[in-house]
Amino acid sequence: MTVCKIPFMTVAVPTTLDDAVRLLAEQPDAMLLAGGTDAMVEINDGHRRPDNLVIALNRVGDLRAWRHDTKRRTLTIGAGVTYTELMQEPIGRLAPALAEASRTVGSPQIRNAGTLGGNLGTCSPAGDGLPVLSALDAQVRIVSATGERTASVHDVMVGVKRTSLEPGELIAEIVLPVLDGWQGYAKVGVRNAMVIAIASACLVVDAESRHISIALGSVGPTVVRCPDAEQQLAAAVDWAASSVPPEALDEFAGLASSASRPITDHRSTADYRRHAVGVLGKRLARRAFTTEGGRT
Amino acid sequence: MTHEFFTLRVNGTDHEVADSWLGESLLDVLRDRIGLMGSKGACTQGECGSCSVMVDEVLVCSCLVMGASAVDQEIITIEGVAPIGSPSDVQQAFVDAGAVQCGFCTPGLVMAVHDLLERTETPTETEIREELAGNVCRCTGYGRIIDAVERVSVQRRATSQKESS
Repeated sequence: MTVCKIPFMTVAVPTTLDDAVRLLAEQPDAMLLAGGTDAMVEINDGHRRPDNLVIALNRVGDLRAWRHDTKRRTLTIGAGVTYTELMQEPIGRLAPALAEASRTVGSPQIRNAGTLGGNLGTCSPAGDGLPVLSALDAQVRIVSATGERTASVHDVMVGVKRTSLEPGELIAEIVLPVLDGWQGYAKVGVRNAMVIAIASACLVVDAESRHISIALGSVGPTVVRCPDAEQQLAAAVDWAASSVPPEALDEFAGLASSASRPITDHRSTADYRRHAVGVLGKRLARRAFTTEGGRT
Repeated sequence: MTHEFFTLRVNGTDHEVADSWLGESLLDVLRDRIGLMGSKGACTQGECGSCSVMVDEVLVCSCLVMGASAVDQEIITIEGVAPIGSPSDVQQAFVDAGAVQCGFCTPGLVMAVHDLLERTETPTETEIREELAGNVCRCTGYGRIIDAVERVSVQRRATSQKESS
């Protein structure tokens, strides 16, 4: 193995958000390192080579915090909160779909390191947290040395591994609504653990506003929302009984499938992915509601 | 913030790391710069778990930690689990249960099992399998590894009952 020795190296490990954004302002092309579970794979493979400044965010206390605002009914999660932390109470109870998605990520080792902010910053089509953020219409607080802004997660994710973040900006927090209603996440991969999604889906029921959202992962350049399927299912549900007729689930699956825009790659085919997201949508809906009229 | 070298605290000892390249993983720093060969490297993408170490009491894959970012943290490797010649209960159980064949995955597994038993004293077989999902072994078929974990769990329970009675 050839090792390139660079005698002069700079890895900054700030402990406050102010220090982090100031460093980033001085060198906007610096590489931001969150949990490292994506970035280090690219570096180890030689696909990416940090050449000046790396800003490691894992010790920034502000990014590791979360808070529950009971009045506004929101859950604000620091970008540096790990999947392991997202699975634990009380976050796991306040955002069950996020906990369920986190549990499907990698292994304990990966979940201990990987973060929600890193997941969004990488913006892989297969990012497990992203369908959840989309289905919950998450708001993203983005900070820089000159100020901060809040953007919808739908506007942050713009393409395959591309976000709308400007140079000098970093993801500070993600704000989610705390909803009354069932929510869950499911994915298909080649096995049950340590797997990158071939197709994934998150279903969120807002029982109060009688609204349903479904977001699909790994079947488009970014997460795909399915407005037609959402409206169809919400209209078909008997909200008083929390039940749905079985034939409505088939229609829901079909609408979710047709909203997807999958490609064929080394992990799966477009046809399989299109089929799989329909199955996942139907499975989630069956967990969310009881079904009347026999087998579905 | 700029260093010609950086210092890592590994198994309670400070090590000065010079000549590391920007982006070098903690695994490579441990093995190639510090000379601790216990942590193994196979996949370099977090899939195999053979490089598992504890950083500030959290189990991680050292191949996915940038070495220089682990300054001011407590790193424990397989070499720091127990003194040479007096294996930890987990290590001894691996020997007793025959959970070691080629041995390549063993350091990572021992780290993961120590961490698992810290968090869950009496794991079920399903919990053991799920918690060790990030540690790949291509020899044993996992049966004897699970046996080893269960042995330690039973042993520790017996010891703590004896102590409390």
